[in-house]
Amino acid sequence: MNLTLKVWRQKDGQTPGRFETYEAKNVLEDMSFLEMLDVVNEELIERGQEPIAFDSDCREGICGMCSLVINGVPHGGHKGTATCQLHMRHFKDGQTITIEPWRAKAFPLLKDLIVNRSAFDRIIQAGGFVSVNTGGAPDGNALPVPKEAADRSMDAAACIGCGACVAACKNASAMLFVAAKVSHLNLLPQGHPEKDRRALAMVRQMDQEGFGACTVTGSCEAVCPKEISLSFIAKLNRDYGLAALKGK
Amino acid sequence: MKYLMAVTGGLLLLFVIGHMLGNLQIFAGREAINRYGHLLQSSGELLWVVRLGLLAVVALHVWSAIKLSLENKAARPVAYAQYQPVGSTYASRTMLMSGLIVFAFIVFHLLHYTVRAQAVNLTGQDFAAFKEALPNGESRHDVYKMMIVGFRSVWVSAFYVLGVGLLCLHLSHGASSMFQSLGWKNDAYRPWLDRLARLLALAIFLGYISIPVAILLGYGKDV
Repeated sequence: MNLTLKVWRQKDGQTPGRFETYEAKNVLEDMSFLEMLDVVNEELIERGQEPIAFDSDCREGICGMCSLVINGVPHGGHKGTATCQLHMRHFKDGQTITIEPWRAKAFPLLKDLIVNRSAFDRIIQAGGFVSVNTGGAPDGNALPVPKEAADRSMDAAACIGCGACVAACKNASAMLFVAAKVSHLNLLPQGHPEKDRRALAMVRQMDQEGFGACTVTGSCEAVCPKEISLSFIAKLNRDYGLAALKGK
Repeated sequence: MKYLMAVTGGLLLLFVIGHMLGNLQIFAGREAINRYGHLLQSSGELLWVVRLGLLAVVALHVWSAIKLSLENKAARPVAYAQYQPVGSTYASRTMLMSGLIVFAFIVFHLLHYTVRAQAVNLTGQDFAAFKEALPNGESRHDVYKMMIVGFRSVWVSAFYVLGVGLLCLHLSHGASSMFQSLGWKNDAYRPWLDRLARLLALAIFLGYISIPVAILLGYGKDV
Protein backbone atom coordinates (compact mmCIF):
# COMPACT_ATOMS: atom_id res chain seq x y z
CA MET A 1 0.00 0.00 0.00
CA ASN A 2 1.00 3.64 -0.45
CA LEU A 3 0.72 6.23 2.29
CA THR A 4 1.25 9.94 2.78
CA LEU A 5 3.12 10.87 5.96
CA LYS A 6 3.01 14.25 7.64
CA VAL A 7 6.02 14.15 9.94
CA TRP A 8 7.17 16.70 12.51
CA ARG A 9 10.74 17.77 11.70
CA GLN A 10 12.78 19.87 14.09
CA LYS A 11 16.58 20.25 14.10
CA ASP A 12 16.89 20.71 17.88
CA GLY A 13 15.14 22.21 20.89
CA GLN A 14 16.02 25.78 19.91
CA THR A 15 15.05 25.73 16.24
CA PRO A 16 11.35 25.99 15.41
CA GLY A 17 9.89 22.84 13.84
CA ARG A 18 7.41 22.21 11.02
CA PHE A 19 5.59 19.38 9.27
CA GLU A 20 7.15 17.78 6.18
CA THR A 21 5.23 15.52 3.84
CA TYR A 22 6.69 12.22 2.61
CA GLU A 23 5.35 9.46 0.41
CA ALA A 24 5.71 5.92 1.78
CA LYS A 25 5.46 3.60 -1.20
CA ASN A 26 5.01 -0.19 -1.38
CA VAL A 27 4.41 -0.57 2.35
CA LEU A 28 3.67 -4.19 3.30
CA GLU A 29 0.85 -4.79 5.75
CA ASP A 30 3.05 -7.10 7.83
CA MET A 31 5.52 -4.31 8.52
CA SER A 32 5.52 -2.68 11.91
CA PHE A 33 5.07 1.08 12.03
CA LEU A 34 8.77 1.55 12.80
CA GLU A 35 9.83 -0.74 9.93
CA MET A 36 7.74 1.42 7.63
CA LEU A 37 9.65 4.48 8.91
CA ASP A 38 12.97 2.60 8.42
CA VAL A 39 12.08 2.11 4.74
CA VAL A 40 11.19 5.79 4.36
CA ASN A 41 14.48 6.72 6.03
CA GLU A 42 16.52 4.51 3.70
CA GLU A 43 15.00 6.30 0.72
CA LEU A 44 15.79 9.64 2.33
CA ILE A 45 19.40 8.60 2.90
CA GLU A 46 19.71 7.40 -0.71
CA ARG A 47 18.52 10.80 -1.87
CA GLY A 48 21.07 12.44 0.42
CA GLN A 49 18.48 13.85 2.81
CA GLU A 50 18.45 13.84 6.60
CA PRO A 51 16.57 10.74 7.88
CA ILE A 52 13.68 11.14 10.34
CA ALA A 53 14.95 10.77 13.92
CA PHE A 54 12.78 8.58 16.18
CA ASP A 55 13.38 6.50 19.31
CA SER A 56 13.28 2.70 19.36
CA ASP A 57 15.14 -0.15 20.95
CA CYS A 58 13.74 -3.64 21.64
CA ARG A 59 10.90 -3.41 19.10
CA GLU A 60 8.98 -6.07 20.99
CA GLY A 61 6.94 -3.81 23.28
CA ILE A 62 8.87 -4.21 26.51
CA CYS A 63 11.53 -1.49 26.66
CA GLY A 64 9.49 1.72 26.52
CA MET A 65 11.74 3.55 24.08
CA CYS A 66 9.38 3.96 21.13
CA SER A 67 6.90 6.80 21.21
CA LEU A 68 5.15 8.80 18.42
CA VAL A 69 1.71 10.40 18.43
CA ILE A 70 0.05 8.83 15.39
CA ASN A 71 -3.03 10.61 14.03
CA GLY A 72 -3.49 12.36 17.36
CA VAL A 73 -3.19 9.27 19.56
CA PRO A 74 0.00 8.16 21.37
CA HIS A 75 1.16 4.74 20.09
CA GLY A 76 -1.56 4.90 17.42
CA GLY A 77 -4.56 3.91 19.53
CA HIS A 78 -4.55 0.13 19.47
CA LYS A 79 -5.36 -1.25 22.90
CA GLY A 80 -2.31 -2.44 24.78
CA THR A 81 0.02 -1.87 21.83
CA ALA A 82 3.22 0.18 21.64
CA THR A 83 4.20 1.85 18.34
CA CYS A 84 6.79 -0.87 17.63
CA GLN A 85 4.06 -3.53 17.82
CA LEU A 86 1.60 -1.58 15.70
CA HIS A 87 1.28 -3.15 12.28
CA MET A 88 0.57 -1.46 8.98
CA ARG A 89 -2.46 -3.69 8.34
CA HIS A 90 -4.38 -1.30 10.60
CA PHE A 91 -3.98 1.45 8.00
CA LYS A 92 -5.68 1.89 4.65
CA ASP A 93 -4.06 2.35 1.25
CA GLY A 94 -3.84 6.04 0.37
CA GLN A 95 -4.30 7.21 3.97
CA THR A 96 -2.55 10.30 5.32
CA ILE A 97 -0.84 9.71 8.66
CA THR A 98 0.22 12.55 10.96
CA ILE A 99 3.24 11.76 13.17
CA GLU A 100 4.15 14.03 16.09
CA PRO A 101 6.46 13.72 19.10
CA TRP A 102 5.23 13.53 22.73
CA ARG A 103 4.40 17.12 23.66
CA ALA A 104 5.02 18.17 27.26
CA LYS A 105 7.09 20.83 28.96
CA ALA A 106 8.76 18.13 31.08
CA PHE A 107 9.78 16.22 27.90
CA PRO A 108 11.95 18.73 25.99
CA LEU A 109 12.33 17.94 22.31
CA LEU A 110 15.78 16.79 21.19
CA LYS A 111 15.30 16.17 17.47
CA ASP A 112 12.35 15.50 15.12
CA LEU A 113 10.29 12.90 17.01
CA ILE A 114 12.71 12.29 19.89
CA VAL A 115 12.05 13.85 23.28
CA ASN A 116 14.13 13.74 26.45
CA ARG A 117 12.35 11.61 29.05
CA SER A 118 14.99 12.02 31.78
CA ALA A 119 12.31 13.58 34.00
CA PHE A 120 11.00 10.02 34.53
CA ASP A 121 14.50 8.86 35.58
CA ARG A 122 14.72 11.67 38.13
CA ILE A 123 11.31 10.67 39.54
CA ILE A 124 12.56 7.08 39.94
CA GLN A 125 15.75 8.35 41.59
CA ALA A 126 13.61 10.26 44.09
CA GLY A 127 12.05 7.09 45.52
CA GLY A 128 11.45 4.29 43.04
CA PHE A 129 13.78 1.86 44.79
CA VAL A 130 14.09 -0.31 47.92
CA SER A 131 17.05 0.03 50.27
CA VAL A 132 18.68 -3.35 50.86
CA ASN A 133 21.57 -4.10 53.19
CA THR A 134 24.39 -5.99 51.53
CA GLY A 135 25.45 -9.36 52.91
CA GLY A 136 24.40 -12.93 52.39
CA ALA A 137 21.43 -13.47 50.09
CA PRO A 138 18.20 -14.02 52.10
CA ASP A 139 16.47 -17.39 51.87
CA GLY A 140 13.96 -17.65 49.04
CA ASN A 141 10.36 -17.40 50.30
CA ALA A 142 11.54 -16.34 53.78
CA LEU A 143 9.35 -13.26 53.40
CA PRO A 144 5.73 -14.26 52.74
CA VAL A 145 4.03 -12.19 49.99
CA PRO A 146 0.24 -12.49 49.63
CA LYS A 147 -0.76 -13.68 46.15
CA GLU A 148 -3.17 -10.74 45.64
CA ALA A 149 -0.47 -8.24 46.56
CA ALA A 150 2.02 -9.90 44.24
CA ASP A 151 -0.50 -9.87 41.37
CA ARG A 152 -1.42 -6.21 41.80
CA SER A 153 2.20 -5.25 42.24
CA MET A 154 3.09 -7.02 39.00
CA ASP A 155 0.21 -5.25 37.21
CA ALA A 156 1.78 -1.95 38.26
CA ALA A 157 5.30 -3.11 37.50
CA ALA A 158 4.25 -3.77 33.90
CA CYS A 159 4.77 -0.02 33.28
CA ILE A 160 7.61 0.40 30.76
CA GLY A 161 7.93 4.16 31.35
CA CYS A 162 7.30 5.16 27.73
CA GLY A 163 5.45 8.36 28.67
CA ALA A 164 2.34 7.78 26.54
CA CYS A 165 0.23 8.66 29.61
CA VAL A 166 1.80 12.13 29.66
CA ALA A 167 1.45 12.49 25.91
CA ALA A 168 -2.25 11.59 25.94
CA CYS A 169 -3.25 13.60 29.02
CA LYS A 170 -4.78 16.97 28.26
CA ASN A 171 -2.82 18.28 31.26
CA ALA A 172 0.42 16.45 30.40
CA SER A 173 0.19 14.81 33.82
CA ALA A 174 2.54 11.99 34.81
CA MET A 175 0.24 10.63 37.51
CA LEU A 176 -0.28 7.21 35.91
CA PHE A 177 3.47 6.63 35.60
CA VAL A 178 4.18 7.76 39.18
CA ALA A 179 1.17 5.80 40.49
CA ALA A 180 2.43 2.62 38.80
CA LYS A 181 5.98 3.06 40.07
CA VAL A 182 4.91 3.92 43.64
CA SER A 183 2.30 1.13 43.79
CA HIS A 184 4.58 -1.57 42.43
CA LEU A 185 6.90 -1.18 45.46
CA ASN A 186 4.37 -0.01 48.07
CA LEU A 187 2.24 -3.13 47.59
CA LEU A 188 5.09 -5.48 48.47
CA PRO A 189 6.50 -6.16 51.95
CA GLN A 190 9.99 -5.32 50.64
CA GLY A 191 8.80 -1.82 49.74
CA HIS A 192 6.77 -1.26 52.87
CA PRO A 193 9.41 0.32 55.16
CA GLU A 194 9.90 3.26 52.75
CA LYS A 195 6.24 3.51 51.68
CA ASP A 196 5.49 7.02 52.97
CA ARG A 197 8.82 8.57 52.05
CA ARG A 198 8.55 7.10 48.54
CA ALA A 199 5.07 8.49 47.83
CA LEU A 200 5.97 11.98 49.05
CA ALA A 201 9.37 12.17 47.33
CA MET A 202 8.21 10.88 43.95
CA VAL A 203 5.18 13.19 43.85
CA ARG A 204 7.36 16.16 44.85
CA GLN A 205 9.82 15.37 42.05
CA MET A 206 6.94 14.96 39.57
CA ASP A 207 5.67 18.44 40.45
CA GLN A 208 9.15 19.94 40.15
CA GLU A 209 9.53 18.52 36.65
CA GLY A 210 6.55 20.58 35.47
CA PHE A 211 3.99 17.87 34.75
CA GLY A 212 0.30 18.88 35.07
CA ALA A 213 -2.27 17.63 37.56
CA CYS A 214 -4.65 14.70 37.13
CA THR A 215 -8.27 15.52 36.25
CA VAL A 216 -9.26 11.86 36.01
CA THR A 217 -10.21 11.91 32.33
CA GLY A 218 -8.87 8.37 31.87
CA SER A 219 -7.09 9.02 28.55
CA CYS A 220 -3.78 7.78 30.03
CA GLU A 221 -5.27 4.39 30.81
CA ALA A 222 -6.76 4.18 27.32
CA VAL A 223 -3.42 4.66 25.50
CA CYS A 224 -1.15 2.80 27.94
CA PRO A 225 0.55 -0.04 26.01
CA LYS A 226 0.66 -2.01 29.27
CA GLU A 227 -2.97 -1.17 30.23
CA ILE A 228 -2.08 0.18 33.69
CA SER A 229 -5.33 0.81 35.58
CA LEU A 230 -6.45 4.33 36.47
CA SER A 231 -7.24 2.97 39.93
CA PHE A 232 -3.52 3.02 40.75
CA ILE A 233 -3.80 6.83 40.74
CA ALA A 234 -6.43 6.58 43.49
CA LYS A 235 -4.01 4.39 45.41
CA LEU A 236 -1.23 6.94 44.91
CA ASN A 237 -3.52 9.71 46.20
CA ARG A 238 -4.31 7.54 49.21
CA ASP A 239 -0.66 6.69 49.94
CA TYR A 240 0.36 10.33 49.50
CA GLY A 241 -2.50 11.62 51.67
CA LEU A 242 -1.78 9.16 54.50
CA ALA A 243 1.94 9.97 54.37
CA ALA A 244 1.20 13.72 54.46
CA LEU A 245 -1.14 13.23 57.43
CA LYS A 246 1.65 11.49 59.33
CA GLY A 247 3.68 14.67 58.79
CA LYS A 248 6.60 12.98 57.10
CA MET B 1 -4.61 21.16 45.77
CA LYS B 2 -6.54 18.28 44.26
CA TYR B 3 -7.65 17.29 47.76
CA LEU B 4 -9.01 20.83 48.24
CA MET B 5 -10.79 20.60 44.90
CA ALA B 6 -12.40 17.28 45.89
CA VAL B 7 -13.44 18.32 49.40
CA THR B 8 -14.96 21.65 48.32
CA GLY B 9 -16.62 19.94 45.36
CA GLY B 10 -18.10 17.33 47.70
CA LEU B 11 -19.51 20.00 50.02
CA LEU B 12 -21.05 21.86 47.08
CA LEU B 13 -22.59 18.61 45.83
CA LEU B 14 -24.26 18.14 49.21
CA PHE B 15 -25.62 21.68 49.02
CA VAL B 16 -26.92 21.10 45.49
CA ILE B 17 -28.81 17.99 46.66
CA GLY B 18 -30.23 19.72 49.74
CA HIS B 19 -31.23 22.81 47.75
CA MET B 20 -33.06 20.64 45.23
CA LEU B 21 -34.97 18.73 47.89
CA GLY B 22 -35.94 22.02 49.54
CA ASN B 23 -37.13 23.55 46.29
CA LEU B 24 -39.17 20.53 45.30
CA GLN B 25 -41.50 21.46 48.13
CA ILE B 26 -43.08 23.87 45.65
CA PHE B 27 -45.05 20.84 44.45
CA ALA B 28 -46.49 20.48 47.95
CA GLY B 29 -48.18 23.85 47.52
CA ARG B 30 -47.80 27.43 48.67
CA GLU B 31 -47.96 26.66 52.39
CA ALA B 32 -45.06 24.19 52.31
CA ILE B 33 -42.61 26.25 50.26
CA ASN B 34 -43.39 29.53 52.04
CA ARG B 35 -42.97 27.92 55.45
CA TYR B 36 -39.64 26.46 54.28
CA GLY B 37 -38.50 29.85 52.96
CA HIS B 38 -39.56 31.52 56.19
CA LEU B 39 -37.70 28.90 58.24
CA LEU B 40 -34.47 29.65 56.36
CA GLN B 41 -34.92 33.42 56.45
CA SER B 42 -35.73 33.51 60.16
CA SER B 43 -32.69 31.51 61.22
CA GLY B 44 -30.81 34.79 61.53
CA GLU B 45 -27.13 34.45 62.31
CA LEU B 46 -27.17 30.76 61.37
CA LEU B 47 -28.28 31.68 57.84
CA TRP B 48 -25.29 33.97 57.46
CA VAL B 49 -22.90 31.37 58.83
CA VAL B 50 -24.11 28.95 56.15
CA ARG B 51 -24.09 31.61 53.43
CA LEU B 52 -20.57 32.79 54.21
CA GLY B 53 -19.42 29.19 54.56
CA LEU B 54 -20.80 28.36 51.11
CA LEU B 55 -19.24 31.47 49.67
CA ALA B 56 -15.85 30.50 51.09
CA VAL B 57 -16.21 26.98 49.70
CA VAL B 58 -17.13 28.31 46.25
CA ALA B 59 -14.19 30.74 46.35
CA LEU B 60 -11.74 27.94 47.26
CA HIS B 61 -13.19 25.64 44.60
CA VAL B 62 -12.92 28.26 41.86
CA TRP B 63 -9.50 29.48 42.99
CA SER B 64 -8.00 25.99 43.03
CA ALA B 65 -9.64 25.20 39.67
CA ILE B 66 -8.11 28.25 38.01
CA LYS B 67 -4.69 27.73 39.58
CA LEU B 68 -4.58 24.05 38.59
CA SER B 69 -5.83 24.80 35.08
CA LEU B 70 -3.09 27.38 34.55
CA GLU B 71 -0.46 24.87 35.72
CA ASN B 72 -1.96 22.20 33.49
CA LYS B 73 -1.92 24.53 30.51
CA ALA B 74 1.74 25.40 31.20
CA ALA B 75 2.61 21.69 31.24
CA ARG B 76 2.09 21.54 27.45
CA PRO B 77 3.50 24.71 25.88
CA VAL B 78 3.43 23.37 22.30
CA ALA B 79 0.00 22.02 21.32
CA TYR B 80 -0.58 18.99 19.12
CA ALA B 81 -1.45 19.72 15.51
CA GLN B 82 -3.78 16.75 15.65
CA TYR B 83 -5.19 15.57 18.96
CA GLN B 84 -7.81 12.88 19.19
CA PRO B 85 -9.23 12.34 22.66
CA VAL B 86 -9.46 8.68 23.62
CA GLY B 87 -10.92 7.08 26.72
CA SER B 88 -12.15 10.37 28.20
CA THR B 89 -15.69 11.70 28.44
CA TYR B 90 -16.83 15.08 27.11
CA ALA B 91 -17.72 16.11 30.66
CA SER B 92 -14.22 15.32 31.95
CA ARG B 93 -12.54 17.43 29.27
CA THR B 94 -14.73 20.50 29.77
CA MET B 95 -14.75 20.79 33.57
CA LEU B 96 -13.28 24.30 33.60
CA MET B 97 -15.68 25.66 30.97
CA SER B 98 -18.79 24.05 32.46
CA GLY B 99 -17.67 25.24 35.90
CA LEU B 100 -17.18 28.85 34.81
CA ILE B 101 -20.55 29.02 33.04
CA VAL B 102 -22.24 27.50 36.10
CA PHE B 103 -20.51 30.17 38.21
CA ALA B 104 -21.97 32.90 35.99
CA PHE B 105 -25.36 31.23 36.33
CA ILE B 106 -25.06 31.15 40.14
CA VAL B 107 -24.34 34.89 40.21
CA PHE B 108 -27.44 35.52 38.12
CA HIS B 109 -29.49 33.09 40.21
CA LEU B 110 -28.54 34.88 43.45
CA LEU B 111 -29.39 38.30 41.99
CA HIS B 112 -32.65 36.87 40.70
CA TYR B 113 -34.10 35.11 43.75
CA THR B 114 -31.91 36.02 46.74
CA VAL B 115 -31.12 39.70 46.20
CA ARG B 116 -34.36 39.94 44.17
CA ALA B 117 -32.94 42.62 41.90
CA GLN B 118 -35.87 43.75 39.78
CA ALA B 119 -33.65 44.55 36.81
CA VAL B 120 -32.71 40.90 36.14
CA ASN B 121 -36.04 39.10 36.52
CA LEU B 122 -37.43 40.25 33.13
CA THR B 123 -41.01 40.43 34.45
CA GLY B 124 -41.13 44.06 35.53
CA GLN B 125 -42.44 43.00 38.94
CA ASP B 126 -40.75 43.50 42.30
CA PHE B 127 -40.22 40.04 43.87
CA ALA B 128 -39.38 41.57 47.25
CA ALA B 129 -42.90 42.98 47.43
CA PHE B 130 -44.57 39.53 47.15
CA LYS B 131 -46.11 38.92 50.57
CA GLU B 132 -48.45 36.28 51.88
CA ALA B 133 -50.79 37.46 54.64
CA LEU B 134 -51.00 35.05 57.55
CA PRO B 135 -54.16 34.45 59.67
CA ASN B 136 -52.48 36.03 62.73
CA GLY B 137 -52.15 39.34 60.93
CA GLU B 138 -48.45 39.04 60.11
CA SER B 139 -47.10 38.44 56.63
CA ARG B 140 -44.23 36.46 55.17
CA HIS B 141 -42.42 36.46 51.85
CA ASP B 142 -44.39 34.65 49.15
CA VAL B 143 -41.72 32.35 47.74
CA TYR B 144 -44.34 30.34 45.88
CA LYS B 145 -45.53 33.34 43.88
CA MET B 146 -41.96 34.49 43.26
CA MET B 147 -40.92 31.13 41.79
CA ILE B 148 -43.99 30.86 39.59
CA VAL B 149 -43.82 34.41 38.28
CA GLY B 150 -40.04 34.12 37.89
CA PHE B 151 -40.07 30.93 35.84
CA ARG B 152 -42.92 32.09 33.61
CA SER B 153 -40.28 34.11 31.80
CA VAL B 154 -39.11 31.76 29.05
CA TRP B 155 -35.65 33.35 28.94
CA VAL B 156 -35.12 32.94 32.66
CA SER B 157 -36.27 29.32 32.51
CA ALA B 158 -34.09 28.61 29.48
CA PHE B 159 -30.99 30.00 31.20
CA TYR B 160 -31.93 28.02 34.30
CA VAL B 161 -32.15 24.77 32.33
CA LEU B 162 -28.81 25.54 30.64
CA GLY B 163 -27.16 26.35 33.99
CA VAL B 164 -28.49 23.25 35.70
CA GLY B 165 -27.68 21.13 32.64
CA LEU B 166 -24.03 22.22 32.68
CA LEU B 167 -23.92 21.79 36.44
CA CYS B 168 -25.04 18.20 36.04
CA LEU B 169 -22.55 17.59 33.21
CA HIS B 170 -19.92 18.92 35.64
CA LEU B 171 -21.23 16.63 38.38
CA SER B 172 -21.39 13.53 36.18
CA HIS B 173 -17.59 13.66 36.18
CA GLY B 174 -16.91 15.46 39.47
CA ALA B 175 -19.08 13.34 41.75
CA SER B 176 -16.99 10.22 41.11
CA SER B 177 -13.72 11.99 40.36
CA MET B 178 -13.53 13.42 43.88
CA PHE B 179 -13.34 9.88 45.28
CA GLN B 180 -10.38 9.25 42.98
CA SER B 181 -8.61 12.42 44.12
CA LEU B 182 -9.10 11.51 47.76
CA GLY B 183 -7.90 7.98 47.10
CA TRP B 184 -11.20 6.33 47.99
CA LYS B 185 -11.51 4.22 44.88
CA ASN B 186 -10.28 0.87 43.66
CA ASP B 187 -11.02 -1.48 40.79
CA ALA B 188 -13.83 -3.15 42.74
CA TYR B 189 -16.07 -0.13 43.20
CA ARG B 190 -14.77 2.21 40.53
CA PRO B 191 -17.35 1.18 37.87
CA TRP B 192 -20.16 1.53 40.43
CA LEU B 193 -19.00 4.96 41.58
CA ASP B 194 -18.77 6.15 37.97
CA ARG B 195 -22.27 4.88 37.20
CA LEU B 196 -23.66 6.28 40.43
CA ALA B 197 -22.22 9.72 39.62
CA ARG B 198 -23.92 9.77 36.22
CA LEU B 199 -27.19 8.56 37.69
CA LEU B 200 -27.03 11.15 40.46
CA ALA B 201 -26.28 13.91 37.94
CA LEU B 202 -29.29 12.86 35.88
CA ALA B 203 -31.53 12.72 38.97
CA ILE B 204 -30.41 16.20 40.03
CA PHE B 205 -30.99 17.55 36.51
CA LEU B 206 -34.51 16.13 36.34
CA GLY B 207 -35.29 17.27 39.87
CA TYR B 208 -34.31 20.86 39.22
CA ILE B 209 -35.75 21.33 35.74
CA SER B 210 -39.07 19.79 36.81
CA ILE B 211 -39.86 23.14 38.47
CA PRO B 212 -39.56 25.55 35.50
CA VAL B 213 -40.94 22.92 33.12
CA ALA B 214 -44.02 22.37 35.29
CA ILE B 215 -44.54 26.11 35.65
CA LEU B 216 -44.23 26.72 31.91
CA LEU B 217 -46.72 23.88 31.36
CA GLY B 218 -49.21 25.67 33.60
CA TYR B 219 -48.46 24.66 37.18
CA GLY B 220 -49.58 27.36 39.63
CA LYS B 221 -52.17 29.03 37.37
CA ASP B 222 -53.82 30.37 40.52
CA VAL B 223 -51.07 32.98 41.02
